[in-house]
Amino acid sequence: MWKWLHPYAKAEHSYALAGKLMPWFLVLTIPSFIIGIVWGLAFAPADYQQGDSFRIIYIHVPAAMMAMAAYSTMAIAAFIGLVWQLRLAEMAVAAAAPVGAIYTFIALFTGAAWGKPMWGAWWVWDARLTSELILLFVYMGIIALYNAFSDKVLAGRAASILTLVGVINLPIIHFSVVWWNTLHQGATITKFEQPSIATEMLIPLLIMIFSFATFLGVMILYRFRSELLQREQHRAWVIKLVQIKGRG
Amino acid sequence: MNPRRKKRLLITCSLIFGLSLAMGLTLFALQQNIDLFYTPNEILEGKNETGVKPEIGQRLRVGGMVLTGSVKRDPDSLKVSFDLVDNKAGQVTVYFDGILPDLFREGQGIVAQGTLKSKNSVDAFEVLAKHDEDYMPPEVADAVKGMSNLKTEQ
Repeated sequence: MWKWLHPYAKAEHSYALAGKLMPWFLVLTIPSFIIGIVWGLAFAPADYQQGDSFRIIYIHVPAAMMAMAAYSTMAIAAFIGLVWQLRLAEMAVAAAAPVGAIYTFIALFTGAAWGKPMWGAWWVWDARLTSELILLFVYMGIIALYNAFSDKVLAGRAASILTLVGVINLPIIHFSVVWWNTLHQGATITKFEQPSIATEMLIPLLIMIFSFATFLGVMILYRFRSELLQREQHRAWVIKLVQIKGRG
Repeated sequence: MNPRRKKRLLITCSLIFGLSLAMGLTLFALQQNIDLFYTPNEILEGKNETGVKPEIGQRLRVGGMVLTGSVKRDPDSLKVSFDLVDNKAGQVTVYFDGILPDLFREGQGIVAQGTLKSKNSVDAFEVLAKHDEDYMPPEVADAVKGMSNLKTEQ
């Protein structure tokens, strides 16, 4: 059943596949970002109680969702890397970590900027905000751990284990607003009931989420390719690749 | 699946399971400390989970809805007092001296931080507005008036 996947355990095949996929993700990112941001910031109606301030949702929510999506991706890759001992999967973990960290930072930053005018405080130590901050620290821990080893095989394994340890945080972030009293409001979209946002506000938000997701794909693929080249720089296929590029 | 992989699969799964269990127990034990605020009912009757009542003079946060018609402003200063209610029987009076957030109004969810002055009153030094997760244009809000913006805490 999984036979078709086997060639991609070879670095050069994965490198080529990532290179083929990347432009498609980029093609999807750019128009959806432009449409989403213009629609959201200029044409979507203002909120009945927060006025125009609510528009920060078009950055905040996609960034927060993708911060968690990036982590889920890393956790799956780490799991595969540890069990099947695939170096490539561990490289994917290392490739995705900084991207996820940046998304988390964006979510925290826009959240603070939103909190000040609406709640009256930049930061509150409630369960949602704190667990999101822990996610940022976990990301930074993974990046630091991966870079702490000069032996990258060992580094990949250590980073993968830390990634799996941190995965506990994901359900905590998501359900923090349900389990505890928080200042942060509950989920708007990611719940089983109807999303509690008007349709004309929801559509640009979904477009922005799509755009952030495809951009996450672009960044991970790009970094994955760089990681591959760096890790395999003395291998025959990389040397051959460089020679071909050098001539052309 | 060869035995070595099977062994690694087992180790990895038990790592995740063990950690989730440890984390789950930790959070369960810390349950009452992770809540950001007491609801008015919890101040009067004690925490929902443990029944622990806050003591007078204790620093705490109280979160609830501003009772309509309860906001009293001092004409000469920024002093203001209002009652917070929840979806149970609790009602707590909050005294505050300062600038209220823009979203503050009757029927709005509020989290106030301060010290418990008497059984059912809080001297607040910070008042934060809590908004809900519903977003809609003003026209829609007018149409469903009194429904969504009067929602209580979960």
